[in-house]
Amino acid sequence: MRRVLVANRGEIAVRIIRAAHAAGLETVAVYSDADEHSRWVQLAGTAVHIGKSAAAKSYLNSAALVEAAETTGADAVHPGYGFLSERPGAAKEFADAGLTFVGPSVSTIETMGDKAAARDAAKRADVPIVPGSGPVGDVDEALAAAEHVGYPVLVKAAAGGGGRGIRPVASREELAEVLPAAQAEARSAFSDDTVYLERAIDGARHIEVQILGDHAGNVVHTFERDCSVQRRRQKLIEEAPAPGLAAETRASINEAAVRLARQVGYVGAGTVEFLLTPSGEFFFIEMNTRIQVEHPISEAVTGVDLVGEQLRIAAGEPVSFSQDDVRIRGAAVELRINAEDPDNGFRPTPGDLSRLDLPGGPGVRVDTGFVAGDRIGPFYDSMIAKLICSGPDRDAAFARGRQALAELRVEGVPTTVSMHRRLLDEPDLRTGAVHTKWLEELLPDST
Amino acid sequence: MATIKAQMPGVFYRRPAPEKPVYVDDGEEISAGQTIALIEVMKTFNELKADAAGTVAEFLVADGDEVDVGQDIVRLGEA
Repeated sequence: MRRVLVANRGEIAVRIIRAAHAAGLETVAVYSDADEHSRWVQLAGTAVHIGKSAAAKSYLNSAALVEAAETTGADAVHPGYGFLSERPGAAKEFADAGLTFVGPSVSTIETMGDKAAARDAAKRADVPIVPGSGPVGDVDEALAAAEHVGYPVLVKAAAGGGGRGIRPVASREELAEVLPAAQAEARSAFSDDTVYLERAIDGARHIEVQILGDHAGNVVHTFERDCSVQRRRQKLIEEAPAPGLAAETRASINEAAVRLARQVGYVGAGTVEFLLTPSGEFFFIEMNTRIQVEHPISEAVTGVDLVGEQLRIAAGEPVSFSQDDVRIRGAAVELRINAEDPDNGFRPTPGDLSRLDLPGGPGVRVDTGFVAGDRIGPFYDSMIAKLICSGPDRDAAFARGRQALAELRVEGVPTTVSMHRRLLDEPDLRTGAVHTKWLEELLPDST
Repeated sequence: MATIKAQMPGVFYRRPAPEKPVYVDDGEEISAGQTIALIEVMKTFNELKADAAGTVAEFLVADGDEVDVGQDIVRLGEA
């Protein structure tokens, strides 16, 4: 592996370029019409224009990416997150073109991308799953299955994800009414009308475990993250380690993630997501077969360069450390700065970034793909930057978070900065007493 | 020329989902407030509604194209 094509944009493209250069690899950036003058284009060794601004005509166009790799002599492709990162068809196209895909195998992406198949894999690995059913074909089957699962239930599309294709149902009557609509929605949204039932769990936290697997069969974890502060299932604040977790629970949840990764022969970086109930039970939700937005908080508390490890593993090398080498040192929090208006229902707000003064100092890391003068266009997601603040303990990390927010100046578009300032002082967040519905309950007007 | 304009910048879609029929066909009569297309802004889909009644004479933008705020989307004929 010598030259990596970075099949993404924004801060993750910058992150991958940094890791690749530090590993002595060359890089090829790609860009759409809207991104011609972007930061990652400047930082990469070379850059290739791949199409129009709409993602379907550029960053989602696998044929254009393969062509870009061929014309620049790239021998590997890093998909980042989103876009093509979890599409088995694209991973296969890259492989068929002789390119190394920085991620797991096509069949692993396929299995873990199918919620029912992923649950089966978890069962085989003795990883607890949320009580649920297999596929239910009609209302009678669903009603029978729901008796075992227990109300309230969620009707979920097998091909869904990212919070899409999910309907909560409280009773038999409601289930009979909702099922046909849920199947129709699944068919139109995902071209697959397979749905299943799952117990709805109240007051749960979202805990996810970062794992790394290599071609030699080694699987390690770099501990967990708590991503319970969400709005419409979009994460806004993440923490590592999960605050207030009993040592025993931490050990079990991290070991469960490693068991699942071993079960599926996982190669690369991945994240196993769990719900943790108020009583301390945890259940597998899904596995993301890619690097995550919030990976830097794990890096901050363990010192592991996760993107660097991804590249090593893709090149056929083993993970650079063993499980016993990894310790949690201190705490870290990530604050996502989005071009959204928290005073206006979090409406996305494209515009010109006329000013971007970034914070700094010990324990403050800023990952961004933008500089002042850039346009935050309407074509992609709304994230402008991530503030990753860490310290010897959680209070220190939060204190640095407050200072970083005070230093950060973003002008030209409304952002989530004001919301973060408020949230860091919320008593529930300070004591770690949050769950996945906490933010929506705190800001009822935001949904 | 009476037109319906984009109220925000983004990606323009004539269908609610890729395999669904278009919201309105050329030559179709539409009423004020009717949804005629979607504009995707930062992964959020917003309905583009007709601000006046009329007949769709012509779409000036192709499905999946980028549009700017204020850009003419549909030319309207007589209602």
